[in-house]
Order: sequence, then C-alpha cells, then structure tokens
Amino acid sequence: MKKHVEGAAIRLENCSKTYGSSARALEPVTLNIARGETVVLLGPSGCGKTTTLRMIAGLVAPDKGGRILFDDQDVTDQPIEKRNVGMVFQSYALFPNMTVAENVGYGLKIRGVPRADVKIRVNEMLAMAGLETFANRSIDQLSGGQRQRVALARAVAARPRVLLLDEPLTALDAALRERLRTDLDRLLRSLGITAIYVTHDQQEAMALGDRIVVMSNGSIAQIGRPNEIYFQPANRFVAEFVGAANIVEASLKDGFLELPGGRVQVGSEASSRREAIAMVRPEAISVVPPEQSSWIGRVESTSFLGDRVRISVGEAASTPIIIDAPNSLSVEIGDRVGLVIPPSSVRLLPA
Amino acid sequence: MSRTSFVGLCLLPLLITVGLFFVLPVFQLLIVGANSPSGLSAYSAIVTEPRYRQSLIATLVLSVATTLVTVAVATIAGLFLQRNVFPGRAILISILTLPLAFPGVVVGFMIIILGGRQGIVGDLSRAMTGQKVIFAYSIAGLFLGYLYFSIPRVILTIMASIEKLDPQLEEAARSLGAGTWAVHRDVVLPALVPAFIASGAICFATAMGAFGTAFTLAARIDVLAMVIYTEFTLNANIAMAASLSVGLGLITWIALALARSLAGSSVAAAG
Repeated sequence: MKKHVEGAAIRLENCSKTYGSSARALEPVTLNIARGETVVLLGPSGCGKTTTLRMIAGLVAPDKGGRILFDDQDVTDQPIEKRNVGMVFQSYALFPNMTVAENVGYGLKIRGVPRADVKIRVNEMLAMAGLETFANRSIDQLSGGQRQRVALARAVAARPRVLLLDEPLTALDAALRERLRTDLDRLLRSLGITAIYVTHDQQEAMALGDRIVVMSNGSIAQIGRPNEIYFQPANRFVAEFVGAANIVEASLKDGFLELPGGRVQVGSEASSRREAIAMVRPEAISVVPPEQSSWIGRVESTSFLGDRVRISVGEAASTPIIIDAPNSLSVEIGDRVGLVIPPSSVRLLPA
Repeated sequence: MSRTSFVGLCLLPLLITVGLFFVLPVFQLLIVGANSPSGLSAYSAIVTEPRYRQSLIATLVLSVATTLVTVAVATIAGLFLQRNVFPGRAILISILTLPLAFPGVVVGFMIIILGGRQGIVGDLSRAMTGQKVIFAYSIAGLFLGYLYFSIPRVILTIMASIEKLDPQLEEAARSLGAGTWAVHRDVVLPALVPAFIASGAICFATAMGAFGTAFTLAARIDVLAMVIYTEFTLNANIAMAASLSVGLGLITWIALALARSLAGSSVAAAG
C-alpha cells in the first residue's frame, strides 16, 4: 500500500572491510536494495552489520575493490556529507544546543534552503512525528520516545536518498519499544523511502523488514523475506538466531528421522541423505495422547506464558524438545505425551 | 558521646582552619583597608587615583586577553591532539603541561632569555636585520609569559571535554550535510562552552593574581599584584595595599562565581 516511492536503489559490490592489520571485520559483501525497500541487517554484535551500514552512510570506506552505488551513481569516494543520507543513531545524537525545531531543520538550513521554506517543512515533519507542540522545547525536556521521533524527523526532513537506522529502538524499555516499532513501521511505509535498519532484535527485524539480511562473523548468512528466514533458515546459525528452534541431529531412513522417542516423517526434501540436522519451530509441534503418535516423550517442565504454554519434553530426542502449546493444554511434569509434527514443518539444515 | 557531638568534633579542624586562615585574614584586610588616616577613602582611591585605576584596567585587559587567546589556542591544539594519533603525541602532551612545574619567577626568567636585552630573539633579529628586538619588559613580554603558564591549565580541561563528546553528534551533523567547518561551529564548539567557561574562569583568576612573572619582568608594567607589593613594602601604605587586595579578590571572586553559575559545578573540577 505504498503511496509513492522515494530514495535511491542501493548496490554494494564486493565491499569488504579490514581495520588496521587485524582480521577482516567484513568479508566481501554484494547486496542489492530496491528503491523504497526496507532492508534489515540482523545479527549479533560483531557480525559486521554496523560496518555495512556505516559503509553505505559514507562513514567507513570499503577496502580497495569495493564499490557503493546509489541509483547507478558510484558514491564510493563521496564523504557522508555529500551523499544525502538520513541517519538515526542509537543515542539519537540530537544537538543539545538547539531546540526541537532547530534540530529538525538543521539539514535544510545547511543546504541553504530559505528560512520560510525550512519552517514549512519543519512543521510538516513535526506534524508527521506528532510533535507539533514540542517545536520550541529543548532536547533535555523530551522523553526517550520523543527524542527518537525527533531524530527520525530530522533524518528525513531533507528528503534523503536513503534512511539509515542504527539500532534506533535499543535504548528504550520493552513496552515503549514495541509501540514505537509499530509507529516506525507505519512511518517507513507512508514515506516509501529506501531504508536500511540495523538491529540485533529478530522480532524488530521481522516486524519492519521487507527483507532481512542475516549476518554472522562478517558475512551474509541469508537474505530473504521474514517468513523465508523464519521457516526456511539456510543454516543452523540462522535457525537458532531467528526465533526459537529445536535442532536435532539424527539418522535419516526412508524419509523418517530415527529418534530415541520414535520416528518423525520429514518432507519431500528428505532426498538420499543418511544423517540429518533437522529444525522444528516450537509452535509447529502438537501435543497429543501417547497412543496417537509414533513419537513419544516425557514432560520435563512447563511454564505458563499467558498466551501459550511452553513445555519441555525429554526422552523424545537426544536433547529436550521445546514446544509452544495452546494455553488450554494441561499436562503435568512426568506425563508421557505423544508429539506430532506436519512433515512440511521439519526443515533439514546443511551439515 | 552522642553521634551528633562526635560529628561536630570531626568538623572542628575544618572550622579552625577556615577561621584562622580564611575568615580572620579577610576581616583583618577589610578593617585595615578602612583604617587609613582618611577612612574609607582607600577603597574609593582604587578608582579615583589614576595610578591605581590604570593598574586595575591594565590588569583586567591583560587577564581578559590572556584568557581569550589561551582558550582559542588550547581549543585548536586540544582538538588536534585529541583526534590525531601520531608518534610522540604522549610526549608532546606532557611537554605542554611542563609550565605547570615552574613558578612565575622562572616563567619571567624564560621570557627574558627569549626576548630580553641578551635574548635569543634579540640576537637573531640583530644578525638578520641589524635591529635588536626586545619585548620582554613590555606588555607583550608579560602577555607571552601569562600565555605560557595559562595554556597548560586550560588545554587539559578542554581535551578532557573533547574526549567526552559523543562522536555520533558529529556524524549526525555530517549526515545532514554539514562540512567540517559547520560541524565545528554548530556542534563541537557549542558542546565545549561549559569547558570554555570553566577553564577560562580559572585562567582569568590566575592571570589577575599572577605576581612572579610580573615581578621578574617588571620594568614599565604596573599590574595590580605589583602595585600591592609596592604599596606594602616600599611605601608602607598598608591601608592602600589592603584595599587593593580586597578589590583584586572581589573581582576575581565575582568572575569565578559568575562562571560557576553559568557552567554548573564543573568550574571547581577544572581547577
């Protein structure tokens, strides 16, 4: 439902980064981002996601041989102030010596936009961020959430070619984070701007990203839409980093995993492999009476989480199996239970 | 012994020290200043008597100029030193703080070695142009001497503030299109204002009261501290010396108090 699309298409070609004489922080990365797309760079700290973002921003230069293109224009040698990017930082980095309106209008003022036009655009931005009444406040009078909105308004006021967000919600407490995430999502959609968002929070990544780039140890582990990343992780790292996952190593025979607690049928991709690493999401497993399943285990722990019950079942596999069951389920520790998984929900991972 | 009286007892040394070395002398100074043969006129003489007035103005101008130039030099040097890593950087920083080790007399002596009658600059300029340049005994020599001992006091404070700046503030400004000059004008310098006020006030106060350098160089310059010395030792005009001391102390104290209210409690930390 994008009304219009703003910003540039971004292309990274063979961009790597080595700091000093130490090991590579980023292996050569090639990445295409479409106009108006929101791409989330997701990974643990030290995975290279921030380096990638800073490269696109122009704060870090790629090693020799790497190229960065905005709409087919090579910007590799352009410093950040010439690239026309908008940035939102984890610390917000609002200018404490300026009011809210001066902060939002700074990029326009620097570009020499006439004062009257700056005022119009600033008011437009403040209205978008729901901060009209805060125009003349100083920064230290704002709450964390308000600061984050000012930072965002400031970043997009000068109509940048790409919006870069570096963990913008990490500094906020959990409840506020969830609400602002929804606001942010709506805003990015309505702006239709090309946006690159760095986070280590997989829920944020799935809620906001058109596509997610999962990174690990300085290289890209997988690129895909949120549901692809979640349901078809490319490897064990992605499976475990994105959401909760049961990972079992077992031998594979006639399309069935041979487990201590019984046999589990796998989908069509079973192929000819003998040994398999299989991944099943906790919510894909149903708990049934033991006689209704060929895969049996014993309940080891249960915790009621309100919207669901998370139970841990032992003896079914070499490690306990985690299951997210409906909150109406009542089982006791020590109960024998049967477990059922649709074959299509079993994902075989490369060894 | 109750708890309160024990705490009271612990405060006693402080109270005695403050009383003996602070309250008593200042009161005595105030009284002596007012006890001249002509009553309170010793105080009004500070501004009515041309010699005292000129000395007061010269001292103020010199101190303000020293403060401004010191802060400017220290800011530029501090920004460079804080942002560039090069071989010998640590040694250079420790050399910059060297003047703190010298008393004012030695600083004055060094200015004479540099710009006095037998000075290096004089010898060089005579060899090159035939004209001997001597500046040690003028206001320029005094100004240089003041700069020399002021810069280290200020540069360390400013460097500490620069180190504490959030680098993301500058990155944010640059992302919005600000070049180096605009980033410094709009972001870096405003963020350093508290450090300027704090270290500037200390610098001003030190310059107002500096004696050793002026004493060593004193040929034609009458800074306030020198006038107090002259009145006290040579003219035995104790009332005038006392009233000048009170005036000097008051101006310096007001400057420090103003700075403290403008910059918050960091002024004390800057000392």
